[in-house]
Amino acid sequence: MPDDTFSAMQQSIIDGAPDTASGLAQQAVAEGIAPLDAINNGYVPGMHAVGEQFAKGKMYLPDMMASAEAMRAAMAVLDPELKRLGTERPMAGVVVLGTTKGDIHEIGKILVGTLLSAHGFRVHDLGVDVAGEKFAAKARELNADIVGVSALLTTTMRNQRSVVEALEKAGLRSQVKVMVGGAPVTRQWAVEIGADGYAKDAMSAVALARSLMELKTQAEQPV
Amino acid sequence: MRPKLELLDKTLLNRILDEAFQLIEDPGVRVAPYVVELLRSAGVNVTDGVAHIPEALARRLLELVPSEFCLYDRKGNPAVRYGGDNVHFDPGSSCLNILDAETQQARPAQSADLVRLVQVAEMLPQFAAQSTALVCNDVPSDIGDWYRLLLVLWYSEKPVVTGAFSASSLHTLLELLAIESGGQEALRNRPRAIFDVCPSPPLNWSEFASQNLVDLARAGVPAEIVSMPLAGATAPVTLIGSVVQHAAECISGITIHQLAQPGAPIVWGGAPAIFDMRTGKTPMGAIETAMLDLGCSQVGKHLRLPTHAYMVAGDGSVVDAQVEMESGISAVLGALAGINMISGGGMLDFLACHSIEKLVIDAEAIASAQRLIEGLEPRTDSLAIAMFAQTGLQGDFLKLKETRALFRKEQHFPSAVIDRGLASSLSPVPGILDRARERVEGLLAEYRRPEINSDREKAMLVFAEREGGRAGLEGLPGILSLTHSQ
Repeated sequence: MPDDTFSAMQQSIIDGAPDTASGLAQQAVAEGIAPLDAINNGYVPGMHAVGEQFAKGKMYLPDMMASAEAMRAAMAVLDPELKRLGTERPMAGVVVLGTTKGDIHEIGKILVGTLLSAHGFRVHDLGVDVAGEKFAAKARELNADIVGVSALLTTTMRNQRSVVEALEKAGLRSQVKVMVGGAPVTRQWAVEIGADGYAKDAMSAVALARSLMELKTQAEQPV
Repeated sequence: MRPKLELLDKTLLNRILDEAFQLIEDPGVRVAPYVVELLRSAGVNVTDGVAHIPEALARRLLELVPSEFCLYDRKGNPAVRYGGDNVHFDPGSSCLNILDAETQQARPAQSADLVRLVQVAEMLPQFAAQSTALVCNDVPSDIGDWYRLLLVLWYSEKPVVTGAFSASSLHTLLELLAIESGGQEALRNRPRAIFDVCPSPPLNWSEFASQNLVDLARAGVPAEIVSMPLAGATAPVTLIGSVVQHAAECISGITIHQLAQPGAPIVWGGAPAIFDMRTGKTPMGAIETAMLDLGCSQVGKHLRLPTHAYMVAGDGSVVDAQVEMESGISAVLGALAGINMISGGGMLDFLACHSIEKLVIDAEAIASAQRLIEGLEPRTDSLAIAMFAQTGLQGDFLKLKETRALFRKEQHFPSAVIDRGLASSLSPVPGILDRARERVEGLLAEYRRPEINSDREKAMLVFAEREGGRAGLEGLPGILSLTHSQ
């Protein structure tokens, strides 16, 4: 497998160039490169590099959004090919996202969803002004691993608690991890409402989701 | 001469307004069902929940907005004058957390914290108005909005900047205000409070906000639009582009408001901010956020409207040099811009936390800003020559009668929060946080609760026990004279 092609794929993600990323994916398919190889050796290292640069303060959110778009463009080509071959990209987890009841702000949630998708999570975004019961219903339907609840306002943040309660009422709480975020949200608040984690920004939401998945996997392993 | 700071020239102001008027027509403004008929009856095309507001209609309605109006204190005196270049400050609103005085750690705010904050703000002349500064976590969330207003009304006689948490609870707050004011007509004639109403960026008047605009207009109680474009996230990345969006949100809100009740008082206000591209946070202490505030308010002033902005807030999570630098700079800038109501004092951590210690430090920054905008004034017939004629080159100005007569006008004397050497005999000299703590305790010790007409006070308690009882509230946290009604 040509390392140059993988390097170009990686660079297309770092550059946030969806057309290049898509073109390279098409080229890979045409050349018979296994889609999983392209993903694991080309595009995913690109996202990792972006994450590292972001953590160092050398890349910024618009750069990261562009990289996620490039990842999405590549996956739009590779996903059908994976399906055709009867293989699947290893999925990091299933996440149901939404902004809490009474709140119609979604920029933070969109950022989180974009980055989670780019890092291999399957994300279902319920949108804004979402009641706790709706989170629970969608989590049940998708057999979700994680529910992520965003709130921008101090007045609507309190409704994050109702999502935890709705999951409990639906009997799903032991299967579903809950992470919360948003401008007024604190770690202390997350603890108080019985959520499993708090993320202060989109990148840390990815790290949190990964660690929650590890916890979940450990908990599900037979003793 | 009063110093003034403007960031926009006339050409740019006109371009901003021109684009704002274009935006409210196309793509238009998302509005709630509550106001669709109101808008349609004025000839506005509303399709799929989006109102396309013609410039001519919006301009005509802008003309109806009062350029000036007052908020009144409990005694019925005008205490805050919106309009012109009048500048007032109030503490920031709606924090869930307070920085604990001892530990300096954020914790959920309680009723007792709000009471302390209100009492301290009451004692500080720098704050012309109170705000419903904290959300009390020991009170059921469904009644959090009127309960915090009750506490402010109970412990203060200053005007109040407040807001409802839902469309329906607005009427409960208005009922409480009417009781305290001596009836709905009294409230309408001499409003004690103004209500913040927030559009959702970009260009969206939600059901809650739309309904609040209409209901406040019809109640004759002033509304304050708090438009919050986040430059680069929910608004154009350019500061000017965000000023355009702010203008479009304000103009569309005013259109709804004035259609509901022509001539009702409303304020061109906001809490714009940049969106930090490293963290996704919205730094209130960033200089660009202050520039947004100045640009937005200048557009409102250009339209001869009363103005408001969110400033004097810092972003660090503890009371330190950073938050006070940020807060002090924006206090000065807001005052120089002549913004009528500047909210935010006491707040830090991206508006997520309040600190009473910071409030008293901010009061010193505000006092300096207030002194600055008094400007340099000739207070004597000759500026200096007559005084030199008395002292000659000996320079003994301290003995002059002019010195004694005028030094209090010329110099502002800060409280002991500011180290001017008075505490230098102490060893070690207390740091600013300790000085602020001492100031807070001193103000609380001096505080006396303003009297309320006893009939109204009883009616407020009856109201509170009735509404609180419905929500399962036990007692009235923060109000000590429970026995009054029992």
